[in-house]
Amino acid sequence: MIKAAIALNRFGLGARGDQPPPPDPVNWLIQQLTAFDPRPDSIANAPTSATVAAGLADYFRQQRAMRMELARRAPTPAAAPMAAMTVPLQPPGTPGIAAAKPEKPARDDAMKQARQFAQRTNRADYAGAVAARATNALVTDTPFVERLVYFWANHFAVSADKLTVIGLAGTLEFEAIRPHVLGTFRDMLLAVEQHPAMLLYLDQAVSVGPGSPLGQRIAARGNRKVGLNENLAREILELHTLGVRTGYTQADVTEFARAMTGWTVAGIGQGPGARAAGTDGMPGDFVFAAALHEPGDRTIMGKLYPAGGVEQARAVLQDVSIAPATATHVMTKLARHFAGDTPPPALVARLQKAFLESGGDLPTVYRALIASPEVWVERPLKFKTPWEWTISSMRALNLKTADGQAMVGLLNQLGQPTWKPGQPIGYDDIAASWAGPDAVLRRVEAAERFASRAATIDARALAPKVLPGSVSPATQTALANCESPAQALALLLVAPEFLRR
Amino acid sequence: MYDRRAFLGAGVAGAVFAALGPRLAFAKAETDKRFVFIIQRGAADGLGIVAPVGDPAFAGARGDLALDFASAPKLDALFALHPAMARVQALYGAKQALFAHAVASPYRDRSHFDGQNVLESGGTGAYQLKDGWMNRLLGVLPPTEAKAIAVSATVPLALRGARDVSSYAPSNLPQASDDLLQRVSMLYAGDSQLHALWSEAMGTRALTGDLAAGGGANAAATGALAARLMAPANGARIAMIETGGWDTHTGQRGRLSTQLKGLDAMIGALQSGLGPLWADTMVLVATEFGRTVAVNGTGGTDHGTASSAMLLGGAVRGGRVLADWPGLAPTALFEGRDLRPTLQLDAFIGGAVAGHFGVEPAKAMAALFPSSKGTAVVAGLV
Repeated sequence: MIKAAIALNRFGLGARGDQPPPPDPVNWLIQQLTAFDPRPDSIANAPTSATVAAGLADYFRQQRAMRMELARRAPTPAAAPMAAMTVPLQPPGTPGIAAAKPEKPARDDAMKQARQFAQRTNRADYAGAVAARATNALVTDTPFVERLVYFWANHFAVSADKLTVIGLAGTLEFEAIRPHVLGTFRDMLLAVEQHPAMLLYLDQAVSVGPGSPLGQRIAARGNRKVGLNENLAREILELHTLGVRTGYTQADVTEFARAMTGWTVAGIGQGPGARAAGTDGMPGDFVFAAALHEPGDRTIMGKLYPAGGVEQARAVLQDVSIAPATATHVMTKLARHFAGDTPPPALVARLQKAFLESGGDLPTVYRALIASPEVWVERPLKFKTPWEWTISSMRALNLKTADGQAMVGLLNQLGQPTWKPGQPIGYDDIAASWAGPDAVLRRVEAAERFASRAATIDARALAPKVLPGSVSPATQTALANCESPAQALALLLVAPEFLRR
Repeated sequence: MYDRRAFLGAGVAGAVFAALGPRLAFAKAETDKRFVFIIQRGAADGLGIVAPVGDPAFAGARGDLALDFASAPKLDALFALHPAMARVQALYGAKQALFAHAVASPYRDRSHFDGQNVLESGGTGAYQLKDGWMNRLLGVLPPTEAKAIAVSATVPLALRGARDVSSYAPSNLPQASDDLLQRVSMLYAGDSQLHALWSEAMGTRALTGDLAAGGGANAAATGALAARLMAPANGARIAMIETGGWDTHTGQRGRLSTQLKGLDAMIGALQSGLGPLWADTMVLVATEFGRTVAVNGTGGTDHGTASSAMLLGGAVRGGRVLADWPGLAPTALFEGRDLRPTLQLDAFIGGAVAGHFGVEPAKAMAALFPSSKGTAVVAGLV
């Protein structure tokens, strides 16, 4: 690949068929660091966490009212048998949005209908967010920064599996990643860990300090079902910042979980802490609920964090955001995203240095990346993910809008449902995870469908535009020999040089 | 109650005995053996699946999570199976289901991703080995049996490695035209990575026919699909199915029950789909690690250590729970919170696979779990 092709494909989201290649590829990337718009039209019109949370709050309120009404009408309800419906046990990446929580017994049709309505609404919000993300990807003039947004959103992954996360998943990217993609790592980390999607996805919103005012009240009543949930605290250290096996212990995780108690969401939390959280703010707002917070000093990785309410965990996040282990972990991932599945140690070291010396200033890191020879290697270094392949195909075909439901279905079929990796570690960023036999066959099937709708485009003329200076003689011959324009287009989209970047 | 005999037999005597046993004669011969690994990603709670209801500390430690076992049929004096697994319970009655408990891989931390890496690679630490133990298994089998498939769009780590492995999952996309497929074959001929992937894809496509239209989103359909891929004489002999949703930090009681219903349906569909071949089939169900003994503050359990595993199928000497039970009393727990491991998952898998395919146990261990190759397998599983 020549430099223009590398800038367009490895750094960007693929060339648009109707745009000339950048004359100065390096400057084209650098100027994007100032031209980026965190809130372009399509994103600005997408559902927000406030609107999604308001809908969820209405739903929970309605459920509570109906439950009370039912209890009033039937004072001695017979124990209903478990509903016979089976929620499928889904392998990761299978189509459809599974209800992660089992259904309660269907005691009343109205409650069931309300739940179905809530699911439909949240799936519609999810599809709307996918449409916004895809449409923006098709028309953006700053595709390099958009790629960085996807990188960070996957680093701070939530998964649209449970009802409360389905509609909120995309809003985390729009509200916590986009505004900080050109800021500091610390600010992005703080925004993510205070976002309702993350607080609900990793159960932080239901964690209660056993020694907190609420925890003690419940303990005094003899109810044992309240206490710490260490899920988010562990994943912050393991996945978001320091990285696994970097020296923290189980005791550090538990201490951090104690410090994090009280970090919750207004209006849409559940469990005994919900009322304590719901007194302030609009549904979906981050709140610090002192009633849930474990009092006292905490010692985490040898450092004392004095009691201080919301500031206690914030101080921990501030420290880990600029820790050397975090720089190693996060910069290795960034290097892997651009320089290949096994990133060169010299590149990782250079990015680490830029990260630590700048206190986690992300544009400084990106400039160091662009200036590194390891990311300008001519042979392709990465196998495109399904999202990357889909967006680059649609950009090549000059498409300018994307339909939410169609995108959701397509990405499901290609094996990378958007914002739904099924695990908090996000999607893998290595070829072995995407270059499967069946996965390639599906791209061929999808390419034929794409091409059937764009048959006026001549693939022989398009190829050098989207892969400037980089189309192999074998591909040129194969395109020239095709029986129809549509077939040639399909073949171009699955050509070896188009599957990689 | 505890199958200690099999344990003791797993020592030197066991290895020698197995090596001299009649199965050795078939080691190089073609057989009809089928092997399926169902991985439970997310740390499945062994204590909530095969519950030690006879342990005096169980009911106290488990609170509400113990309630599901009030009416569950007992497996033996100590254990009961979760009532959602009716088909597996029936297999146990027919001596075609064996459970191992307090079992763990060599991994002793609590990261899902490192734990799954160890479980699938067969190393003793995360990222020590680049390929998976199922791929290395193919190397010790006769070529006719060394055919494996992942019932998913991509190949999971356990099956990745030097030997070619196929993958398949039903697609709702319209099938591409044959002419385009041929042109893609030609275009990929010069690209070694894509050529290998494409050859596998085309081979599998020929095998499944119109199955792609079937959907297959739920567990039973996935089990039936795996059976369809394995039943033909030229089909896969070895398959892997991935299941998720086991990370029950909250509301475990309902969620685990739903999960187990799905798993039970998947196993039932495998059994009925394989028909007479079920007699020569072994299904392994295992997870990366277990969950805490105590219930957390949100009706769930957090990451733990030892869990349970299952062997199912006509080839299994079942109707037993294999456990050197460490107990659930607070002083008996690993690091004061988890079920203490007393059985090595590597030795259990090594024994199961060696016995099933008639491979010499030491050779199987060296290939599958090279870092534990001196370890004797658990004998007498088949």
